[in-house]
Amino acid sequence: MGCGAADVANLLRAGAATIAEHRVELIDLDRPIGDADHGENLNRGFGFVVSTLDTAVPETPGGVLKLAATTLISKVGGAAGPLYGTAFLRVATTLGDRPDLDASAVVEALRAALAGVVARGKAEVGDATMVDALTPAVAAAEAAENDGIAALLSAAADAADQGAESTEPLIARKGRASYLGERSVGHVDPGARSTALLLRAFAEAAR
Amino acid sequence: MRVGLVVVSHSARLAEGVVELAAQMAPDVTVLAAGGLPEGGIGTDYDSVVAAVQRADAGAGVVLLYDLGSAQMTAELAVESLADPGAAVVVDAPLVEGAVAATVAAQGGADRAAVAEAAASAGAPPGTETAAQDAGAAQSTTLTLRNDVGLHARPAALLVRSIAGLDADVRIRLGEDEADGHSVLALMSLAARKDDTIEISATGSQAGEAIRRIEALAERDFDE
Ligand SMILES: Nc1ncnc2c1ncn2[C@@H]1O[C@H](COP(=O)(O)OP(=O)(O)OP(=O)(O)O)[C@@H](O)[C@H]1O
Ligand SMILES: [Mg+2]
Repeated sequence: MGCGAADVANLLRAGAATIAEHRVELIDLDRPIGDADHGENLNRGFGFVVSTLDTAVPETPGGVLKLAATTLISKVGGAAGPLYGTAFLRVATTLGDRPDLDASAVVEALRAALAGVVARGKAEVGDATMVDALTPAVAAAEAAENDGIAALLSAAADAADQGAESTEPLIARKGRASYLGERSVGHVDPGARSTALLLRAFAEAAR
Repeated sequence: MRVGLVVVSHSARLAEGVVELAAQMAPDVTVLAAGGLPEGGIGTDYDSVVAAVQRADAGAGVVLLYDLGSAQMTAELAVESLADPGAAVVVDAPLVEGAVAATVAAQGGADRAAVAEAAASAGAPPGTETAAQDAGAAQSTTLTLRNDVGLHARPAALLVRSIAGLDADVRIRLGEDEADGHSVLALMSLAARKDDTIEISATGSQAGEAIRRIEALAERDFDE
């Protein structure tokens, strides 16, 4: 499958639908170790992404992702806004004005997303953040590049699921949860969970 | 023409309170609050930060201060999006004391770098450095890097993390250059490569432990 602007817009719509569906779960994950707004923040941001896409879909995948980035940056209101916003912005820059994405472009996009999150938040693997989900996802996507877009996204989603689970025993070292120190142990990081959910939605929509 | 200030906070009332306090000492400085969400909730709003920075800039640039980590991210994104990102700078400083020190410096006509410096150094108790050095005798050692990439990003980060939380002030020296052992960026800028010999010195009550941990890390080739 090639992946043009309309396809990328559909991936984002699928992502928004997942976030809406899991809004309460993400809020509940954010309650004990944060401020119980992650699901609300993301749902607001992705809601605006969908309504902007309903008005007009930009011509290139990069254009669609840039629109998503700027919308998330101005509408999310919590840490997830600048983080996901920077990720999508980096992806848009990396893709430039390519009209269509092949598997290697999608892998490159995932790499750019991780680079964006790390540049913005300065977190490392093991800090109990979305980086713990996205890092293994990129590695899995790289390994599955030859299997096509849907398969590599699905491998990325599997790895992100595990990565999100891996945050449970960790002490959070970035973001609000880091103020809790030891008490952040025993909780899955909400941002890692939302990253895994988004990748799963992208993978299913790409099938 | 004076440097302007923007206070970025999750809370509109906190931002306004800090502005109120800081502006009292600096009648000619533009100090603006960018706090809370437009609908009134807790959070940081990118668009209001960008708007505040534009309004605060009278031509001499703007210094931004923030409350919690994610406000820093929003502030940095806002600065990056300016037509001239060099016109503004986000400073890591104690919010209240930093804002007061920065506005006073701006009132006195300091340039942007000096205003930023005034904010960043606000609130540090005087003589902190000497106190740390008195706490324990200086210790030092030299070691040769055997790992492939030298003190590149990952090894530098591991080094900083290995000594985090210790009561020790660690300096790393390569030839003429010396870097703070607690700063990944400073360590990377030493550009120490494979086979380079670095000198490690530490002061503070846990200086010996800090050196032992760094030696152990180098012994393991930084887990490469
Ligand atoms: N510095 C960081 N690097 C990477 N991820 C981070 C960082 N800070 C926070 N996060 C991620 O953001 C998630 C929280 O997002 P959320 O939208 O709830 O923001 P928040 O922490 O409530 O923001 P705010 O502090 O502005 O209220 C965390 O679960 C974590 O995955
Ligand atoms: Mg939150």
